[in-house]
Amino acid sequence: MGTFIAIVLAAVLTNNFITAKTYGICPFLGVSKKTSSAAGMGIAVTLVMVLATLVTYPIYTYVMIPLKIEFLEIIFFIFIIASLVQMLEKIIQKVSPTLYGAMGIYLPLITTNCAVLGVTELVIGDMSKIIGEAATMNIGWAVLYALFAGVGFTLVMIIMSGMREKLNYYKMPKALSGFPIAMVTACFICMAFMVFSYISL
Amino acid sequence: MNKYKKITLDGLIFQNPTFMLVLGTCPTLGLINSAFSAMGMGLTVLVILTLSNMLISLLRKIIPNEVRIPCYIVIIATLVTFARMFLQKFIPDLYDSLGTFLALIVVNCIILGRAEAFANKHTVLESAVDGISQGLGFTLALTIMGIICEFFGKGSLFGLQIMSFKIAMLTSPAGAFLIYGLSIAVFVYVVDGVQRMLRVKSNKLARENMLKEAA
Repeated sequence: MGTFIAIVLAAVLTNNFITAKTYGICPFLGVSKKTSSAAGMGIAVTLVMVLATLVTYPIYTYVMIPLKIEFLEIIFFIFIIASLVQMLEKIIQKVSPTLYGAMGIYLPLITTNCAVLGVTELVIGDMSKIIGEAATMNIGWAVLYALFAGVGFTLVMIIMSGMREKLNYYKMPKALSGFPIAMVTACFICMAFMVFSYISL
Repeated sequence: MNKYKKITLDGLIFQNPTFMLVLGTCPTLGLINSAFSAMGMGLTVLVILTLSNMLISLLRKIIPNEVRIPCYIVIIATLVTFARMFLQKFIPDLYDSLGTFLALIVVNCIILGRAEAFANKHTVLESAVDGISQGLGFTLALTIMGIICEFFGKGSLFGLQIMSFKIAMLTSPAGAFLIYGLSIAVFVYVVDGVQRMLRVKSNKLARENMLKEAA
């Protein structure tokens, strides 16, 4: 139970992917102009993260370690993620054309999203890197971590998109509009999330 | 010769990957808390980008158009695997400070972006020049921001302690976001101003020439 709470808290609040690890910044800055598309992107990334971990973790533990080909992990993982994204794209196109239209160019870009490759790389490492204390890693914890890392990602995406929707009403200098003001906004979100690092279990 | 000058200027200033195109943001924000790791990241990307640009440009007539993205990813992933082994063996300090971001070079948008936008349409030499100048633009941007963050955040420069005054917030991701955003604003402002000045100057010259011809 302790490990469960530690993983959930670390993934969503204390070691949030965007505010503490700075993974997945491209969609965070690119798709956060409207709350609806930000939420859609967050859910898509969460889905890909869980599916990717579900596939890569067993392959790494039960195939690559016995065969001693751990050094090929980058090539293996990126291929698995790329094919998963392709599959998801086809499914979303079929199920919800509006969501597909909203995400546009960013759906193929989930492949080149650091958050997905980052989570698969993190879970094959040490547990101490994730929650700060030693514990044995297994596929259950790995998938749980991927799921809640995605939830944390979606949470920050939605907060950011709400703030950017409000920012549209203000006039600002040309050099500041667009990315610079979005990054200054992100700075304040990060500072707010830094408070959670005082939580200790 | 003019062509290479334009490619170089684009990479360094007008299409600077960090400030103008805002690509490769994850390693930038994650590593500018120390000048050493920021510069190490920049140089690693410079080498990988140049090699991948050259390889993709060499193979551009062989790779079928439909499966080009997977082919590019294989090339880049292989280069990153080599770079990781090389750094682990020869520069372990840098390997430790880059951490997971070393593996994440594979999904760095700059490398795939240049392959897609430049290398598959240009010759090997042009692609190499483009890789070097884009990589240099990235390295310079990261090093400058790394120096700012480290100097004010830790009071040191490349690990050398200079002063005891420090704003610890600047070495956290929040400070990285702040410095990155403000750097983009300053860069865009300066480049815009210089371009406007040049345009006014050339307009003036053109008008004088016209007046002379009319006279």
